[in-house]
Amino acid sequence: MAITASYPFIDFARHFVRNRAAVLGLVLLFLLVALALAAPSLFPRNPLRIVGRPEVWPFVNPRFPLGTDSLGRDIASMVAYGARTTLMIGLFASLTATIIGVTVGATAAYRGGWVDEVLMRFTELFQTIPNIIFVLTIVSILGQKIENITIAVGLVTWTPIARLTRAEFLSLRDRDFVQACRAMGMGDLRIVWGEILPNALPPVIVLWSLVVASAILFESAVSFLGLGDPNVASWGGLIGDGRTLIRTAWYICAVPGIVIMLTVLALNLVGDGLNDALNPKLRDR
Amino acid sequence: MRRILLRRLVQIVPLLLGVIVMNFVLIQLAPGSFLDVMTAEQQISDPAMIEKLRVVYGVDQPAVVQLGKYILSVLQLDFGFSYRQNAPVFDVIVAALPATVILMLASISVAIIVGVTAGVIASVKVNTFWDNLVSIAAVFFFAAPTFWLGIMLTILFSVRLGWLPVGGMRTIGGTHGPVADALDVAHHLLLPALSLGLFYAATYVRVMRASMLEVFRLDFVRTARAKGLSRARVVVVHVLRNAMLPIVTLVGLQLGTVLGGSVVIEAVFSWPGIGSLMLDSVMSRNFPVVLGVLVLSSLVVAVANTAVDLAYLKLDPRIRAR
Repeated sequence: MAITASYPFIDFARHFVRNRAAVLGLVLLFLLVALALAAPSLFPRNPLRIVGRPEVWPFVNPRFPLGTDSLGRDIASMVAYGARTTLMIGLFASLTATIIGVTVGATAAYRGGWVDEVLMRFTELFQTIPNIIFVLTIVSILGQKIENITIAVGLVTWTPIARLTRAEFLSLRDRDFVQACRAMGMGDLRIVWGEILPNALPPVIVLWSLVVASAILFESAVSFLGLGDPNVASWGGLIGDGRTLIRTAWYICAVPGIVIMLTVLALNLVGDGLNDALNPKLRDR
Repeated sequence: MRRILLRRLVQIVPLLLGVIVMNFVLIQLAPGSFLDVMTAEQQISDPAMIEKLRVVYGVDQPAVVQLGKYILSVLQLDFGFSYRQNAPVFDVIVAALPATVILMLASISVAIIVGVTAGVIASVKVNTFWDNLVSIAAVFFFAAPTFWLGIMLTILFSVRLGWLPVGGMRTIGGTHGPVADALDVAHHLLLPALSLGLFYAATYVRVMRASMLEVFRLDFVRTARAKGLSRARVVVVHVLRNAMLPIVTLVGLQLGTVLGGSVVIEAVFSWPGIGSLMLDSVMSRNFPVVLGVLVLSSLVVAVANTAVDLAYLKLDPRIRAR
């Protein structure tokens, strides 16, 4: 049993590894997660504490490998703790988005008729509202807390998942194996959850990796604009703080930006790899 | 054509109603009453004034009545009064709209020109050094946050080289004559439009390259070559034209995100548009303006989407037959 169950995974891993760039992306992501997990032991002190002289350039003082910001806070420590914030928001916002998106998309496609019409109009509504404006509105009204930012980002990123899930469900809904389940008298919920969803999931997983990337970009933009949670270190917030010093200390902006870029890049590369490995149509070309 | 246009415009109405209802729900969710926050932030302490606001906003009435009144007033383009600017919210937003529209149009132009050109080069020189270079650049600009790219470009072109202004829309002190003014605005527009446009260009490059390669394989291209047409003519007249359709679709789909993206870019370059207004209002908790921006920007996106759909109908007559 264990052997037969592991076959698909080995198959999946083989296809994933074939894409070199995806492996690079995965390595980058692992490093990032490791940095986030190790942050408290690498930098035991609060990252928002002032620890040295302000505006120390990177690679000058070995105590501050990435330099210090305008207040004298350690940039390396803020980047490490920022990784925790970013990954948390990326993960939970994308989970929120996936739950809403899959529920809406699956219900719309499976029920059809007026339910489909109403839910798709609802999706269109969220697509029409300019996303960052919506996020800023929610955060400003509900308060600058990390939970609110997560929910707000989840609320603006679910629409592509809903559309994709709906398309997948529409193509699977009337297949023979689903008809067979219906003929057996299986309940709707069990058919959707146990039979259709596992088959519809691979493309959704690929899209999910891209939603994480866009959630991270949204979070960094919100923090950059000064609407992030003031009590946690954030990459976007660091860029926003350093913006006033671009004449004398441009590295304060540059360093966290490069980290954001590498993270988004890694997620995109992993998404490509997942696409190669999970999409049977493109396999063995 | 006119029937389709009419149908699309009618579809905007429920969409707008949805945005308004969502607005209303958000207000109700706000901690403390809307009125408390507003009067506290605007430092209104006069009881007579508070009483007047209570009646103006109808806070003493049940939620359903409030919602009905809110919808009615928004439909009359009445979004309330902004004490910060001392003008009706609608006027404040409309005054900021042109700057944002200019920025959006400029960014989309940058995205299309750069994206299509680079995509064509990559597809013509497929699997060469140039193709790889374009791919790497696309990956870079796709992953870089737009606001960060904007700051980096400012550091290079404004701080180091001193070629371009760091922000704003016009030189303080002003220029004389409409031509000089337009040039001045263009000078200020270059960096913001580039920072925002290059992100979208990165997507367009990938799509354009794939779409060009697809069209290159079609029979009519072979026919064009067999007729003895020059390579440039085949690429530009036959392939490019047909490969452009996906780009039009993308532009339409991304209008909302471009408007959102311009909010962030406006903050970087202190561009006096909707984004700067929005941010200022968010910071000062000037909620009538915030909610007005949300409704009006959604309306702009909905109308723009309709326009793109119509453009698509013109470009591809096959759709009309359906």
